[in-house]
Amino acid sequence: MPPELSSRPRLAPGCRLGENNQQRVLLMPERVLRLNGPSLEIVERCDGKHTVHQIILDLQKIYSKAAAQKVEQDILGYLALLQKERALDFIPANATGA
Amino acid sequence: MNEPASNPLALIAELTHRCPLHCVYCSNPLELQSRTSELTTEIWSRVFKEAAEAGVLQADFTGGEPLARPDIVDLVRAARSAGLYVNLITSGLPLDQAKLAALVQAGLDHVQLSFQGAREEIANEISGTKSHAQKLRVLDWLRHHRVAVTLNFVIHRRNIDQLEEMLTLAEASCATRIEFANVQYYGWAFANRENLLPTREQLDHSVEFLKREQERLKGKIRIEFVVPDYYAKFPKPCMGGWGRKLMLITPSGDALPCHAAQVIPGLSFENVKDRSLREIWEHSAAFQKFRGEDWMQQPCKTCDRRELDFGGCRCQALLLAGDAAATDPVCSLAPLRPKVDAILAAVNTAPSVQIFAEPSWLYRPNPA
Repeated sequence: MPPELSSRPRLAPGCRLGENNQQRVLLMPERVLRLNGPSLEIVERCDGKHTVHQIILDLQKIYSKAAAQKVEQDILGYLALLQKERALDFIPANATGA
Repeated sequence: MNEPASNPLALIAELTHRCPLHCVYCSNPLELQSRTSELTTEIWSRVFKEAAEAGVLQADFTGGEPLARPDIVDLVRAARSAGLYVNLITSGLPLDQAKLAALVQAGLDHVQLSFQGAREEIANEISGTKSHAQKLRVLDWLRHHRVAVTLNFVIHRRNIDQLEEMLTLAEASCATRIEFANVQYYGWAFANRENLLPTREQLDHSVEFLKREQERLKGKIRIEFVVPDYYAKFPKPCMGGWGRKLMLITPSGDALPCHAAQVIPGLSFENVKDRSLREIWEHSAAFQKFRGEDWMQQPCKTCDRRELDFGGCRCQALLLAGDAAATDPVCSLAPLRPKVDAILAAVNTAPSVQIFAEPSWLYRPNPA
């Protein structure tokens, strides 16, 4: 199930950004994901404040040379991957953060 | 020769061998290290710094029961401020709400709470102590903290038919990850193997069940499943390959390439009191011994899978083949696979009254 555009992704408990030898990584239980370019831009915005829609708009601006549709698909695909890894919680549009 | 291709990624910190549980499949060696030989807070703190500098990302605090260390909060803080991601692998027994809050405050990232079953009776039998009720309390407290929670169920013949109940317990909790890890046969588990190995029918049934549940819970709970490798076609890439990713430090500071490495005769281990972690990783004879491919025998030496499973587990090769450099006998290509098949045949052909009778266990004691 693709994430709702109006929901606000936030890193799940026990998932956080880290750094090693100048390489940014996403640390999570028994896993480490290397973050480069777009993946880092996405994860940095998974703060419970940006909606999925805002993240897409931001990255379409940053990667304005790429086709907007492609950027959107890539972001939704990456968020779905992080969800499968159980690295994200999605706060619904009508909820108050927390 | 055999220079490490990369840096270690995780440090397994066996903080103590003391433990309130006496599990019949404990991964600790048969010869447990005493309290008086344990490393000090200061040395562990230095080890965490050296680990982070050497490229390690995660520290797994384990034991024994890591909470048996009175300085556990300081150790969590030291590892976290060194830049490590801190996992606590615990029985939850010596824990109260204040201690849990202090651990989280100190920077704990992830709690792995071990369960011996979903039913009080079997859980207490396996752990040799009344432990189940306290675990349920801890699981409830964890709800109020921002840490990742994994439930770790160790699976074997006596509880493999209760996976559904275990999953129900997990689903009602705040866990985002469940490990159903079949016992691996080393140390105490090797000694109790005849009573722990599941039957093939049990195993097939459990695999089918968990595949279905993995799909159902996708995005909610991550389910990891480890099969007993005696039933596998190919061996596991033990520790991600010898001296390739992981380092284990024993309570007294010996640096090992894996949990059971001390069973291998002729290996000597360096101690973190004497040398830095990086020096040990790069140059210690024990880490060099089975690094790379030079040590391999046939059929591993020319096998297409040698970069996938690295010849399997060295300790298992020693335990089953009597030679740590042999192909892991669980591999279907290994010359000694018939030995494993004979062990499985004994479990799968014996009358079920015998297989499911009340076993007499060899319990792991507490060290001095």
